[in-house]
Amino acid sequence: MAETLLEVKDLKTEFKRGKKDWITAVNGVSFQVRAGEIVGLVGESGCGKSVTSLSVMRLHSKHNTRITGEVTFEGKHLLELKEPEMQEIRGNEISMIFQEPMSALDPIMRIEDQLTEAISLHNQGLSKSEVHARCVRALKLVGIPEPEMTLRNYPHELSGGMCQRVMIAMAMSCEPKLLIADEPTTALDVTIQAQILALMEQIRNEHNTGILLITHDLGVVAETCSRVIVMYAGNIVEEAPVKELFRNPHHPYTKGLIESVPRLGRRVRRLPSIPGSVPDLSAMPSGCRFAPRCAYARPECSARLPELVEVGPDHKCACPFYANVRKEA
Amino acid sequence: MGKYILKRVLSMIPLLFVVSILVFLFIHLIPGDAARQVAGATATAGEVEAVRKQLGLDQPLIPQYIQWITGIFHGDLGISYTNNTTVAELFAPRLPITIYLTICSITWSVLIGIVIGVVAAINRGRTLDMLGMLIAIAGISLPNFWLGLQLMQIFSVNLGLLPTGGLEDWRGYILPSLAMGAGIMAILARVTRSSMIENLGKDYVRTARAKGLPESRVIMAHAFKNSSIDIITVTALQIGALIAGSVVVETVFSIPGLGRLLVDSIGFRDYEVIQALILFFSFEYMVINLIADVLYALINPRVRYE
Ligand SMILES: Nc1ncnc2c1ncn2[C@@H]1O[C@H](COP(=O)(O)OP(=O)(O)O)[C@@H](O)[C@H]1O
Ligand SMILES: [Mg+2]
Repeated sequence: MAETLLEVKDLKTEFKRGKKDWITAVNGVSFQVRAGEIVGLVGESGCGKSVTSLSVMRLHSKHNTRITGEVTFEGKHLLELKEPEMQEIRGNEISMIFQEPMSALDPIMRIEDQLTEAISLHNQGLSKSEVHARCVRALKLVGIPEPEMTLRNYPHELSGGMCQRVMIAMAMSCEPKLLIADEPTTALDVTIQAQILALMEQIRNEHNTGILLITHDLGVVAETCSRVIVMYAGNIVEEAPVKELFRNPHHPYTKGLIESVPRLGRRVRRLPSIPGSVPDLSAMPSGCRFAPRCAYARPECSARLPELVEVGPDHKCACPFYANVRKEA
Repeated sequence: MGKYILKRVLSMIPLLFVVSILVFLFIHLIPGDAARQVAGATATAGEVEAVRKQLGLDQPLIPQYIQWITGIFHGDLGISYTNNTTVAELFAPRLPITIYLTICSITWSVLIGIVIGVVAAINRGRTLDMLGMLIAIAGISLPNFWLGLQLMQIFSVNLGLLPTGGLEDWRGYILPSLAMGAGIMAILARVTRSSMIENLGKDYVRTARAKGLPESRVIMAHAFKNSSIDIITVTALQIGALIAGSVVVETVFSIPGLGRLLVDSIGFRDYEVIQALILFFSFEYMVINLIADVLYALINPRVRYE
């Protein structure tokens, strides 16, 4: 098994609301990402995926955020690093790309300047022409046909798909070991989506990069990931290798998510196969947070937050009644 | 870029013509008899008619306008009948004073306004933010003549640190430019703050942080650079108020500049001087606006080649 790059243990992220109140957006999640592996982090919108990834990068505002738990990257405890040490890691060892590629680039800065910024920050002592050569190389890597021209462009002169390629080029320009991609294809057309996903697989293959792919779309996961983590309302509810997850989902939430993926050749009976929506952070149900929406809920479900337990090889689930779910399904 | 500037400069010419017509009509259509003013209160009706003829005021408006505008192209701005000199001679010593005062006021108010705004935005909701916005509210709500008088009372009369008026040396410029720039400083502080808060929440700022840039770099090279677009726009909009402010402040501090000259000339109904001054202030307004537009285009790639 490949080395573990990122190990998150019991990560809890709270935001200040009002003077003294704290609300919990991520409630103790633990997972790992290994080198050369694409791990999917899925869940409906609002269940804490972005907050988790930004907590790993420590990109939340210090003033209203409290992060506890442990984030270990190659033996370094990220939550304990000083800010300048963390800056050495960001963009250099761990990079990130985001959902809206157009707005994720600075609108008044040329692409070359934005790339140069990242490259020369983490590679001091490179000459101007060396930096330029690396900019060109970075754009070539992500399949941009005319790098010299694109480098001179401003973001508004490029399409969404091109901007996302540029973002990936920028993220990969310092050859990070881990790439966190937060909904990288959500804002793009379907054909462009497929290209960007293929590009991420190619990068993983060529550079052995570990990738944490965040998405609300299980379809994306099925195509790209080797392992999947399912999140609901700030908790991990299930984790399994991708084939196992689709063949043998253990958590009613996962099951609902899978059923709501439209597939070719299969008529979708009801698209939103889970009624209701993610609970508000300030009004979390007690016990299992999914219980109010769960078709299989019992009175015991509201008593205690179920723990994530091993239910098979590499397969964890946070529903003690999974066996029933499987029988009925 | 050069093409853009040239285009903007050329577009000023028709605008100046329109302004000159408006100024001319404004002066010539307001009630009051310029010929009587020049001839003096004791002049007989015959003498007034003679003066009217001599000044060309008996002609229709169009030839009068043409004569005036041709004169301006030859450097002849008209004659001050109160002072018995040419308007150009009146302008010569006063122009540098007003320009210098305007530059001083813009410079300090823009710099301080931006600093207050940036510091307030970074410390949003905390003491420094409150303090900055308190200064801004004071700057917006205090009228410049009142502020000028208070500054004079404190620093000149009570503390004896600075002159109460006049321009013996550079210290004479301090209080007037403070009074003149306070309003702009305050408005810029508020605009900078809100623009910075908005930009600091944008996705590209998160990207900049995710690259590993130090926070100072994120703030200056990304958020502030984007905010400067708003800052330039608002500064340009405040130029009219600044010019109007120079008229008031020069009067309060008895500074012999063009603003003061305007007030005096209105008092004496010295029409040709008033006319030339209004034209000059319009020109000044356009030039500063042009500079703002060029800066705007330099920073914002989305307008450059329109
Ligand atoms: N900076 C913040 N302050 C307060 N609440 C936040 C903040 N960021 C996210 N949240 C809340 O945390 C929850 C999880 O959000 P997020 O992680 O963005 O969801 P998603 O899974 O769609 O990425 C949401 O309810 C959101 O409103
Ligand atoms: Mg999200």
